[in-house]
Amino acid sequence: MTSTGAVVKKPGSTRNTKTGSWRTFKPIIDMDKCIDCENCYLFCPEGCINKEYEIDYDYCKGCGICATECPVKAVKMERE
Amino acid sequence: MKITEKEFLAPGHRACAGCGEPIGVRLALKVLGENTIAVSPTGCLEVITSPYPETAWEIPWIHVAFENAGAVASGVEAALKSLGRKSNVVVFAGDGGTADIGFQSLSGAMERNHDIIYICIDNEAYMNTGVQRSGATPYGASTMTSPAGKKSFGEDKPKKNLPMIMVAHNVPYVATASISYPEDFMKKVKKASETEGSSYIHLHQPCTTGWGFDPSKTIELGRLAVETGAWILYEVENGDFKVTYRPAQRKPLIEYLKAQKRFKHLKEAEVAMLQDYVDRTCSEYGV
Amino acid sequence: MVLKIATANRAVAEAAKLSNVNVIPVYPITPATSIAEYLAKFVADGEMDAEYVRVESEHSAMSVAIGASSTGARVFTATSSQGLALMHEVLFIAAGMRAPIVMANANRALSAPLSIWNDQQDSISERDSGWIQIYAENAQEALDFVIQSYRITEHPEVLLPAMVCLDGFILTHTVEPVDVPEKEVVSDFVSTYKPANAILDPENPMSIGTFTDPNYYMEARHDMYNAMINSKNIIRNVNKEFGEIFGREYDFVENYRCDDAEIIIVAMGSVCGTVKDVIDEIRREGEKVGLLKLRVFRPFPTDEINAVVKNADKIAVLDKNVSFDIGGALYNEIKAKLDVDAYGFIIGLGGRDVTPEHIRKIVKETKKPEKDVQWIGLREEEI
Repeated sequence: MTSTGAVVKKPGSTRNTKTGSWRTFKPIIDMDKCIDCENCYLFCPEGCINKEYEIDYDYCKGCGICATECPVKAVKMERE
Repeated sequence: MKITEKEFLAPGHRACAGCGEPIGVRLALKVLGENTIAVSPTGCLEVITSPYPETAWEIPWIHVAFENAGAVASGVEAALKSLGRKSNVVVFAGDGGTADIGFQSLSGAMERNHDIIYICIDNEAYMNTGVQRSGATPYGASTMTSPAGKKSFGEDKPKKNLPMIMVAHNVPYVATASISYPEDFMKKVKKASETEGSSYIHLHQPCTTGWGFDPSKTIELGRLAVETGAWILYEVENGDFKVTYRPAQRKPLIEYLKAQKRFKHLKEAEVAMLQDYVDRTCSEYGV
Repeated sequence: MVLKIATANRAVAEAAKLSNVNVIPVYPITPATSIAEYLAKFVADGEMDAEYVRVESEHSAMSVAIGASSTGARVFTATSSQGLALMHEVLFIAAGMRAPIVMANANRALSAPLSIWNDQQDSISERDSGWIQIYAENAQEALDFVIQSYRITEHPEVLLPAMVCLDGFILTHTVEPVDVPEKEVVSDFVSTYKPANAILDPENPMSIGTFTDPNYYMEARHDMYNAMINSKNIIRNVNKEFGEIFGREYDFVENYRCDDAEIIIVAMGSVCGTVKDVIDEIRREGEKVGLLKLRVFRPFPTDEINAVVKNADKIAVLDKNVSFDIGGALYNEIKAKLDVDAYGFIIGLGGRDVTPEHIRKIVKETKKPEKDVQWIGLREEEI
């Protein structure tokens, strides 16, 4: 084993696993409707929506919390 | 409140879609920042974030066993002190690792008043092993080991009151929080980090898998818990109790219950009994 | 060097004080309690600059030890019997996480029935935990082995925790003359702890204590197996260096009058003193008997034992522990690893005295063995 005691010395290395493949529904943000409230950014379990409201689909599991929590319905869930 | 845009829990972790636990960890770490050492007992969080040879943690993190996060964090803190180093030491533990099997080591750590922040992320059952009841499972919830049946309406005892047990330990800062109230939660994390000695935050976290609701409703459920009075947001600072959020008008408990599969079996009389329990608790806490 | 009159408990506490220990998580238990008390007093008097963590159980003592060690602190703790058993889970974890913790274990019987007196069932029951185990015959050895252990456990090719075992009461509560070395000399010998593998440090974030699936677990355990094998060389080298500096050298085994011996007794710990006396008597009577004292039980020094016992006719193995229906652990391991005519004797459980007569009886029984395993020292009358 290369790592004594199964220590992982590469922080954030779960990025190697693209959990986006789990997704059935894909969130799409309509920036024209967005009021910059940060709800989707704060509540994303993956932390894969940034403050510019770009979604990293490599990791988005499609849970839909962003769509539910958007106060102006700017996020739509579309079937993959 | 100003928080960093940096993420300290990387995506690619193996949490269920819609899991509330990484939300709590992300938000807490945005307050605490990179000079932080995290400790987790065995549980969902440990399993989903450390699948060797990968890790989701961007900060130093340690897991040892299920029942000893309080002690491990005590050791980390004692070592920092001895070596003249300074970092936040934060525990992210589940309710089983806190209220049940980890209770003794938590009690010891809090009694010794180590300079640590203990955050119990409470999803109200043993979710990692497939939804068995814990001391934090609420009244009436059906779990795999407190199943509803002909002679049972599910969990037959109210939730163990961990935060108040921590208050009884004279912990300088104790608070309850919910992942659905991020500002309130993050303020409390900030206060905890500024507290000298121990602090304890009990973070309510809806679990899509264990409670039985659609993954998109995680935040909504947390909000319903607070709006109905099933979960109360407060803090106890050096013994001074203060409710930090008071719903303008409490919603009927049934709105919270009917949104979850774990309460589906409850009959009208049982719902009334639960409502009565919530009413009494709320009047006790002034909500 | 300062000659002190001290118990083994005092001796190991002195050793921890000399060894630049940073964190001491400890929970009192008979007969290890005075170790915790001495260390508390050293810290209270400012003689020792360490964090003393008054934990609420032995399980937490070892958990604090792992947390502190993983943060880069040198750790010392002490326990016994039920305390060691309560640590069982975390002992395996400390070893698996490769935390170089040093612990003194005051050997005491395990319940039930409850007994506070000596045998070695407690530490022997942890033989597969991945800890190095060293058994002391006297207070001097206990002190020296604690100091040596830091050099052994912290070596990058080892990184396994070490347990120094001292017989409860017989050593822990008996005063003897002990050479306590100078602080500066020990300090130079052990230096300060520099983590060789893992450390919790925000400057270099690592995840320690991860979750492995079947693709990785076995390799992690295999690494530990190799580390235990590697530790033999390190133990040998550390011991040699220790001898040069402190004037006392210890091998894996001690050969006491074995070279021409027809019967060799194999034993560990304080009973070796009694055995040596009896051997001297028996030899005066013309019988060729010797003692092989086993100092290191893990790693198991098969070759070193073999070199001493290979020409003997018969071997008598003394065990202050028992594996039910199969005899003592040391007996079984010697039978498994060496091609010798060995017989097992269960002695001294729960503080039962091991007398010179018992040793004579063991020698007699070994000459004309009737059974593989015998219990020596049982009361003859009904109770």
